[in-house]
Amino acid sequence: MDVLQLFVSGLANGCVYGLIALGFVLIYKATEAVNFAQGDFMMLGAFITLGLTNDQFWGLPFWLSVPIAIAAMGLFGYLIEMIVLRRMFGQSQVAIVILTIAMGFVLRFAAGLIWGNEPIALESPIAGKDVRFGGLVLGLDEIVVIAVTVISTILLYFFFNLTKLGVAMQAASQNQLAAYYMGIPVKRVHSLIWAVAGMVAAVAGILFASKGSIDPSIGLLGIKAFAAAVIGGFGSLPGALLGGIIVGLIEPFASYYIAAGYSQIMPYLLLFLILVFRPHGILAQIHRKKV
Amino acid sequence: MMLQQAINPASAVAETVLSIRNLESYYGPIMAIRGVSLEVRQGQIVTVLGANGAGKTTLLKTISGVMNPEKGEIWYSGRNIAGEEPDRVVKAGIVHVPEGREVFPLLTVEENLRMGSFVRTDKAGIKADEEMVYGYFPILQERRRQAAGTLSGGQQQMLAIARGLMARPKLMLLDEPSLGLSPLLVKEIFTIIRRLNREQGVTMMLVEQNAKVALEVADYGYVMELGRIVMADTSARLLASKDVQEFYLGVQGETQRGQKRWKQKKTWR
Repeated sequence: MDVLQLFVSGLANGCVYGLIALGFVLIYKATEAVNFAQGDFMMLGAFITLGLTNDQFWGLPFWLSVPIAIAAMGLFGYLIEMIVLRRMFGQSQVAIVILTIAMGFVLRFAAGLIWGNEPIALESPIAGKDVRFGGLVLGLDEIVVIAVTVISTILLYFFFNLTKLGVAMQAASQNQLAAYYMGIPVKRVHSLIWAVAGMVAAVAGILFASKGSIDPSIGLLGIKAFAAAVIGGFGSLPGALLGGIIVGLIEPFASYYIAAGYSQIMPYLLLFLILVFRPHGILAQIHRKKV
Repeated sequence: MMLQQAINPASAVAETVLSIRNLESYYGPIMAIRGVSLEVRQGQIVTVLGANGAGKTTLLKTISGVMNPEKGEIWYSGRNIAGEEPDRVVKAGIVHVPEGREVFPLLTVEENLRMGSFVRTDKAGIKADEEMVYGYFPILQERRRQAAGTLSGGQQQMLAIARGLMARPKLMLLDEPSLGLSPLLVKEIFTIIRRLNREQGVTMMLVEQNAKVALEVADYGYVMELGRIVMADTSARLLASKDVQEFYLGVQGETQRGQKRWKQKKTWR
């Protein structure tokens, strides 16, 4: 029973990591930039929801706050790309990396100014309730996290494979020049990818906040999610989710079976091993051009 | 320009589709196009010949809006499209089939074709054009669920042309369709190019290093050297010209220019 409960809580954590990692990979695949503020996007999404719904702030109904927060983060991602990232076109990767890291700091401090640096709990209807299956006690929040991740994944799958815009996003990420030739508005597609990444981050943030209280430094979770994305194979969307789930599962099991001092390093040890033995990640997506 | 119009046989009947005037374009710090003027007339296949680095690809990229010109005008259906965004150029009816295929490798053949018609909204027309394209390239229909990256080089070239057709262009810019293909495949592709021109009425601007094949299908040809047009004539006359024969068709000649070049090489050694 213990093992199963550990598994479910690890899976739920992993889903959150996976969703953040998905944001990393989406942006990387489409624009070849790594958004190190992805974790802070997640934090911002969580705090916007909290700001809208908690009684000490606006006190809107939870189910109204969620779509507003997701839409707001979509708009935020779109504008960040359009106003900031597009000006970086042609700059080196390093410049973009530093820019996004700096953006993360700014968001963290801005969130601290608006909502304070003390941990706050999101007033979510799914927090702190239990579901019993026979002798098994599972948190409702954990089950909802897993279910929402599955639904989001299916929605994203259909969006990227069955809609014209989704396929165009894939096309633009596979061959940007050819996308220009076909009349795909590549710049707008990049903005939209950032919008999608922002919305996914908001979903991850709301899910994370439903599992416990949050403060502006939860954005640093992005580093763990980045490791997850690398483990899964940077550039593969299923790989990002898989990597997230693996990292999520390793944590509770490591702390259960291994001494406390060592359990913390397990995700990074795995990252190290993956980088040594399978540098392109578990689900590597490599293709060569034929000439 | 007056001289060209006099010797261009189609000029009396067909209207001008594309008219480029004094175009200058930079490739990085290098001036790749140094004042090019040329005309493409309705229903023609016009070829632009030239060696590596003559500026042919830059010329096409400037027309399709991927690169911006420094100076000059590109007149197409009554307006100057110089410097416009690529999606507007595609919407206006000019589609660029790039050098080296440039398919979307992980998308299926079908999805690649669907991206070709990205700017269009007429569902019925897109469906009909898909059938039309499969008619010209039956192999693509066979492979339509296969990832484009797994196709052979020749099939990828066919896909690139087919994808371009899906935009229903009035003018197609073809960049080196013969690149890296076997002579047999080159023949097949050029037969289809000519058929598309005759049967679908697509005006073509064809950039090639393989001058012989290009001049055989083209009505009119321009020769580019170091960013300038140095010769312009009907294909038949270009094929017969001594200079073109020597420099682009590999026919041994005794002209002075050839000897001069040889000597320069010798002294340098």
